Amino acid sequence: MRVLGLIAATALLLAACGDPGATPALSSSTTALASGLDGELLVSAAASLTDAFADIETAFEHANPGVDVVLNLGGSSSLREQIIEGAPADVFASANMANMDDVRTAGEVATEPRVFAANLLQIAVPAGNPGGVTGLEDFGRGDLLIGLCAEGVPCGDFAREALRKAGVDPAVDTNEPDVRALLTKIEIGELDAGITYVTDVVTSGGAVEGIEIPAEQNVTADYPIAVLANAPNPVVAETFVAFVLSAEGQAILEQYGFASP
Amino acid sequence: MRDRPAGRHTAAGRPPALLIALACLGLALFVVPFIGLLGRVPWSELPGLLTSPTATDALRLSIVSSLAATAIALVLGVPLAWLLARIEFPGRALVRGIVTLPLVLPPVVGGAVLLFALGRRGMVGGPLYRATGLLLPFSTAGVVLATTFVAMPFLVITVEGALRNMDRRYEGAAASLGAGRWTVMRRVTLPMVAPSLVAGMVLTWARAFGEFGATITFAGNLQGRTQTLPLAVYVALESDRDTAVAISLLMVAVSLAVLVSLRDWWGRST
Repeated sequence: MRVLGLIAATALLLAACGDPGATPALSSSTTALASGLDGELLVSAAASLTDAFADIETAFEHANPGVDVVLNLGGSSSLREQIIEGAPADVFASANMANMDDVRTAGEVATEPRVFAANLLQIAVPAGNPGGVTGLEDFGRGDLLIGLCAEGVPCGDFAREALRKAGVDPAVDTNEPDVRALLTKIEIGELDAGITYVTDVVTSGGAVEGIEIPAEQNVTADYPIAVLANAPNPVVAETFVAFVLSAEGQAILEQYGFASP
Repeated sequence: MRDRPAGRHTAAGRPPALLIALACLGLALFVVPFIGLLGRVPWSELPGLLTSPTATDALRLSIVSSLAATAIALVLGVPLAWLLARIEFPGRALVRGIVTLPLVLPPVVGGAVLLFALGRRGMVGGPLYRATGLLLPFSTAGVVLATTFVAMPFLVITVEGALRNMDRRYEGAAASLGAGRWTVMRRVTLPMVAPSLVAGMVLTWARAFGEFGATITFAGNLQGRTQTLPLAVYVALESDRDTAVAISLLMVAVSLAVLVSLRDWWGRST
């Protein structure tokens, strides 16, 4: 894997160097951020950031015309494996601290990870709320079809923590392998309720309804970001991280339901 | 590697070195991953991992659902194969295509299609639920349905091929000697296609035993109710790799034992 990663990294470097469109002379941007920045930036980001980071990519490339941001989206744990096995990446944005900590322990981060967004849990029900769900207490009802993410998956562990805080022993009918699968079964009405992230409810576009979980029962998922130790493009990587943390970056994240850290 | 200039082999009988080399390469593709699996097995903890409720529940469910799927495939699949092989009707090619569709579709799509049709809000499942309260998704019956959907085509195409290729003069002879239709079917047709029938059943069982995508999509994943061995492995990979490896080993062992013993048996009868 390491060898493959090195070959891939070399190939990417060569490609970046040989790209005539990426020369700084062509950059006409006047912002301070843009001065002399060029090349390809590989961002490994958690799948839940897909929509938000697509907008951030557009905004960042607009501000830095010489830079081409390439998003590598996936489950945080598989991204962690890729990075530790030596796949090239400049920036890692994880959906939880645990995976970032593993990457840091492996000596793969160049800068201290910083929390750039927070995601809260929300109860998701099908449009119209046919089960009449009002709160976490309803997850103990045997007459409802209840789904959670499986244990070991971040959304599953967070959901169980919230249910513990609420003192509810859930009557679970299915433990879905990821939040997307859970959301689909709620959207089509085969489940009466599940626990997902606020951002999932926001991006579902009305196919599911969200029911707030009170702060004292809720669990916050912190999203950390860091420049990686073997970043092919470290200067641009640091600028990108600063952009995500800036007011502009935070405003984009907020549109998709993320809370500021 | 060079062939010996002289030996027991005649020119026609000497195995071509290139063919053997390619065959070995092909074999390595199957063998190497399993050696990799053996290297990851936590041997000392294996008994504990395999007797955990997760593993035993999943094994029980996998055996029950794969055997049930094979039985249903036998009862419904043989008549279907016979229909496709023997009866001329308009749109037969289309029907055959539909029957074999689950072989080609990603199982997740199969599961989703089942959910849309037979779920609580489905076209068939909705009225069924309102009339009887019967709920197929998230139930063991749902697991059997999903695995049957994915696995039955193996039986249908195997038996259909045999029915079309068999020499029909034997059936004619039996009929001319006064045997009724059922007798011909029972005493002539079925015995003649028996080897293919057994092969089809083994393939169906094997496919059902390993089914993952349609099951998790249609029936969900709950220990003791819908979590079969493949689902248990998948979920355990996220949280508990030793359990995942132990259950994988169990699946490999059971599948290999069944396939080897039955292969010998049906190999002899062909």
